[in-house]
Amino acid sequence: MNNILLCGVGGQGTVLASKLIAFAAMEKGLQVRTAETIGMAQRGGSVVSHVRIGSEIHSPLLAKRTADVLIAFEPAEAVRCISYLKQNGTVIVNRKAVRPVTASLQGTYADGSEMLDYLQEQAESVTILDGEAICDACGSSKVLNIVLLAAAAQSGGLNITPEELKSAIRKRLPQQFHALNLRAVDMTLQSLAENNE
Amino acid sequence: MIQKFLMGNEAIALGAIHAGVNLVAGYPGTPSTEVLETVAKQNDGSIYVEWSVNEKAALEVAAGASYAGARTLVTMKQVGLNVASDPLMSLAYVGVKGGMVILSADDPGPISSQTEQDTRHFAQFAKLPVFDPSSPEEAYEMIQDAFACSEKWGTPVLFRPTTRVCHGCASVPVREQYEKHEIEGFIKDTMRWVIFPRTSFLNHEKLEQRNPKLGEEFSAYRFNRLTGNGKKGICTSGISYAYTREALECGTEEAYKLLKVATAHPFPETLALQFLEGLDEVLCIEELDPVLEKELLCLCGKHHLKITIHGKLDGSVQAAGENTVESVKAVLKDYLGLHWEKACDPVTPELPVRPPVLCAGCPHRASFYAVKQAMKGRKAVFSGDIGCYTLGNAAPLDMVDTCLCMGADVTMAQGLHRAEPDTVNFSFIGDSTFFASGITGIINAVYNQTDIIVIILDNSTTAMTGHQPHPGTGVRMMEQTEEEAKGTPKEISSKISIEKLLQALDLTSVETIDPLHFSEAVEAVERAAELPGVKAVIFRSPCIAVARPQNPYQINGNCINCKKCIRELGCPAIVLENGMPVIEKSLCTGCSLCSQICPCDAITPTA
Repeated sequence: MNNILLCGVGGQGTVLASKLIAFAAMEKGLQVRTAETIGMAQRGGSVVSHVRIGSEIHSPLLAKRTADVLIAFEPAEAVRCISYLKQNGTVIVNRKAVRPVTASLQGTYADGSEMLDYLQEQAESVTILDGEAICDACGSSKVLNIVLLAAAAQSGGLNITPEELKSAIRKRLPQQFHALNLRAVDMTLQSLAENNE
Repeated sequence: MIQKFLMGNEAIALGAIHAGVNLVAGYPGTPSTEVLETVAKQNDGSIYVEWSVNEKAALEVAAGASYAGARTLVTMKQVGLNVASDPLMSLAYVGVKGGMVILSADDPGPISSQTEQDTRHFAQFAKLPVFDPSSPEEAYEMIQDAFACSEKWGTPVLFRPTTRVCHGCASVPVREQYEKHEIEGFIKDTMRWVIFPRTSFLNHEKLEQRNPKLGEEFSAYRFNRLTGNGKKGICTSGISYAYTREALECGTEEAYKLLKVATAHPFPETLALQFLEGLDEVLCIEELDPVLEKELLCLCGKHHLKITIHGKLDGSVQAAGENTVESVKAVLKDYLGLHWEKACDPVTPELPVRPPVLCAGCPHRASFYAVKQAMKGRKAVFSGDIGCYTLGNAAPLDMVDTCLCMGADVTMAQGLHRAEPDTVNFSFIGDSTFFASGITGIINAVYNQTDIIVIILDNSTTAMTGHQPHPGTGVRMMEQTEEEAKGTPKEISSKISIEKLLQALDLTSVETIDPLHFSEAVEAVERAAELPGVKAVIFRSPCIAVARPQNPYQINGNCINCKKCIRELGCPAIVLENGMPVIEKSLCTGCSLCSQICPCDAITPTA
């Protein structure tokens, strides 16, 4: 069984990301259950997608401390959901903080560094991604979800390989977006490899 | 059967198609919206699908078709059922010929709703059967059972999924072949189709005689299930059943019986009595109201059973909000000695609060800000409505003083003004909402000559629920899906003009302005505020989520760091970096509002 929690800010593309994971898992003949945040929170609020892979799963929502992987599109949202991560679970987090309007007004939450430090204290395996740089290199800010998925796939925690992710992209996304999204996967893997050298 | 990965709402839609549905009508509302949209997308052309102007209209359209023998589905969220309750209560007496299922999606939490009302109560109130699915797979099957039940008993049937079923996705086994339903046609029968006090008396008696029989049938219904043994019982339903099963996998100290109730009304008493037999205690785990709990209490009273019923009424289970696997585990630990230890949540750094806000570039921000500027120093009350513009309440705009229910702003502004005539009273309403229920309130104001200013925020779509068309867009649901398949949607029915409608009502003034032309927008509001009677300002600019964005703007060296753009507008695209305002180019849509209010020309478009 695999439990995956995706979290971020409404509008960042978490729903599509969870659909791609589910699709890739089903392509492997696995059973999937997911739960999405759809509605008001999609307008810049905190959003969470739960993805559960395996047979005999009842609840679409994860229980606390059961997530194998936490895919966070934003540092503070990762911290908000840290209680879902199981011991030895993996965190994939985007470096860039998204400051809510209230924080800009009050001058709080300057950047995500405090959150990233906290994540590294709390979890054993934390991969911090420069999603913005990879998106810039790909030429679109819309591929952040694919960047994070590629890193999660590479970590092994999804039980889906980067190749299987690519196959899901080809089968599930409209043709005109294939090249861009496949490039995002490759550039993410390249960036991870460079950081490991 | 083939396996398909479906959202609960998609599974319900496919189930309805496979049950031979002929007509689907509804009004958008989270978490129900995708049901109708999926039927429209999967339609082979034989099913009539419409977004109606509101839930009452949808239910009546479907009732008419059902009288003629069509199988019909009506979709709405729980508060929509309040709007549709007038025809619903009467239809329960009259009954239907073609199977009719009324889907009313409940929203525990609530996640995107005004209330945590429970549609199962509506079923009891209207004396109608209700089906309550616990998963997308079950929902696919159960909606077909609901159609069969409706046709067998000649009654409309309620179907109430909750958010976690609607928006949960699962691998769902679905049939590949199904039969279509032939429509017999309307047959004149005054005693049957015309509601009248004498027939209502007879029909009331019939309902009271029918429901116990239906309850008896439900005792054998395939999705009402009784398992286990022991002296302790758990009674649950819907998504809470999934949480309960998940929790019970931890293992327990004590044996238990588990009753799952998929039909809260008419209550399956025979099955429930089998469940209660030999029990000392029962714990009810359900969301929203203690419906099952009260049914069991009633049954214990009726049969003199000395059994303690725990649940929301005795405080064993939380009274409000949604259940989770954790919350159920915590309750079961006390009740059954569940093998589970609650882990403490780690202490985290202080997290930013992240309420939903108007999108970057949303024209509503410009409209709210224009009214705010025009009314500076004046005594004014701003009444808001249900939709994206509810988000105008957030700081720094802070432009929603009241919000009650759909359409209420127009009429509440009138009451506020009658109580305090020296106040300028504004009503903010959206375009879809204007057609849904705003127009009657405006007629009320004109008729009663109450001074109000109606601000119509026309972004030419029903934005909050995911961009559904409405009477003002000139696009109908069926054509929209056909055209989407080909590329761009086009106008096909005549657009209903908000201006012409208001002109026909003879308002004091009606002006249409692009709110992104800031000074013109402020002047229009100032002009309206000087006139007596009912005035309307239509702020028309397309929803930024569907319009093509313009070049993003940037802040240049002229910036004196006064932070007016941040303090006044609260646009999520303007952030502070090293103490200076910066425009986040991936979010900016080039609406230009900030550049129009900048006191030192520091905000300009990028090349």
